[in-house]
Amino acid sequence: MTAIHIDIKSKTYTSPDSRQHTAIANLKLLLPDNEFVCLVGPSGCGKTTLLNIIANLDSQYEGEISIEGLHSAPKIGYIFQDPRLLPWRTVRENIELALPAQQPAEIIDSLLESMQLTKNQNDYPQHLSLGMSRRVAIIRAFAINPDILLMDEPFVSLDAPTARQVRDLLLDLWQQRPHTVLFVTHDLREAITLADRLIFLSAAPMAVVSNLEVNIPRDQRHNELTIENFRQKLLTEHPKIKQLL
Amino acid sequence: MLTNKALAFFSFIILISLWYGLAITINDNTLPTPTLVLQVLWQEIESGQLPHHLGITLLRLLASFSIAMFLGCGIGILLGINKRLDAFFDNWLVIFLNIPALVTIILCYVWFGLIESAAILAVVINKLPNVIVTIREGTKALDKNLLEMARSYNFSHSKTFFHVIWPQLHPFVMAATRSGLALIWKIILVVELLGRSDGMGYQLHLFFQLFDVASILAYTIAFIAIIQAIELLILKPLDNKALRWRR
Repeated sequence: MTAIHIDIKSKTYTSPDSRQHTAIANLKLLLPDNEFVCLVGPSGCGKTTLLNIIANLDSQYEGEISIEGLHSAPKIGYIFQDPRLLPWRTVRENIELALPAQQPAEIIDSLLESMQLTKNQNDYPQHLSLGMSRRVAIIRAFAINPDILLMDEPFVSLDAPTARQVRDLLLDLWQQRPHTVLFVTHDLREAITLADRLIFLSAAPMAVVSNLEVNIPRDQRHNELTIENFRQKLLTEHPKIKQLL
Repeated sequence: MLTNKALAFFSFIILISLWYGLAITINDNTLPTPTLVLQVLWQEIESGQLPHHLGITLLRLLASFSIAMFLGCGIGILLGINKRLDAFFDNWLVIFLNIPALVTIILCYVWFGLIESAAILAVVINKLPNVIVTIREGTKALDKNLLEMARSYNFSHSKTFFHVIWPQLHPFVMAATRSGLALIWKIILVVELLGRSDGMGYQLHLFFQLFDVASILAYTIAFIAIIQAIELLILKPLDNKALRWRR
């Protein structure tokens, strides 16, 4: 698996009062192999639209998404803002459904274990807390061994300790099983904690404002002071990203 | 305090007693006692008359119900998905929903003759618009987010239909089934009364001409028993299985 090129020339949509709006104009992104990239931008700037385009849920755009060396349709692991589990299937059945038939069970077992959900694998989603449902959604996305993982603010509406717990679990899992990740958030601290690279996006029409590397070593990401210092430094060195937060 | 079950049983006993008391007071052929009705019921079952006619009516029910549900689900889903198709056919549905059952039955017999398929068709036409409307509303209420999830994870069409769409339609299908059975039972008797020479409707017509109220009530009891059996033995288990995930 190699890098992913995103080149969207234009994406327009028609509002209910039948006016044309440009959501994305000339957006070029390169996602290097197995990099964790966070997209940071104001709400409503079209981040979800971008993810939907990459996931092939939205084909009404001009441009191209290509993955080097891949000629068939890419496998997408999409973690939505809400968990989107099927309520009539248990945790395990939800994960199984996303997999092709005859997939070995071991992968699900080991993922359940990494996400600390082995005990809950036969529960129905209604009996899970929101944090647990999010973890199931993460497992479902990793289980298909995707070419790219898309995450659309998956920790929004979790309380701070739960969000931190799920975030740590996600990072551990990702380090065991590296994938190219595109993670959307508007929380700069969260982005710095997770990402190898931060891409700041402007409000509509969406364009790249800055593309910055996060050079904090992975083993120091749990330290909130390090994250906070990095954030302060970022804001002083790049004043224009302030308006995007 | 009585439990609800005991209360229900108690109320049933009271209903039967009321009937008994009234029948004895009036003392007339037009209202036979429950015991007489049970005797007639037993005779009719033993002679094979009741099983024969009830069986034929059940077959007609099964045929027309299956056709109406199958077509209704298909058309309902189509109209639910396709807004333009829905806009086009909406007034057709309104018209068909409002044609009195008796009119369709008469027209079917006039146009196609007093034949079996005309009888089935008349029932289907009466039931179909109801199924279509119920399933259409169910399809419109499908969760778009789950469908999006299915698409992004590349679910096949059959996987999407059986695991994402059908469980969401299930309550609507069950609603259509229950209201459908109740409706078809009633219509099918009129169909038989007007144009068939067997079945429950035909028998009831015969008893009416003979003023044989005991037989009419005996057939009614058999009828109620069958509907309850369908509810308890088929529909309830289906519900429990499909809704086991609910809290």
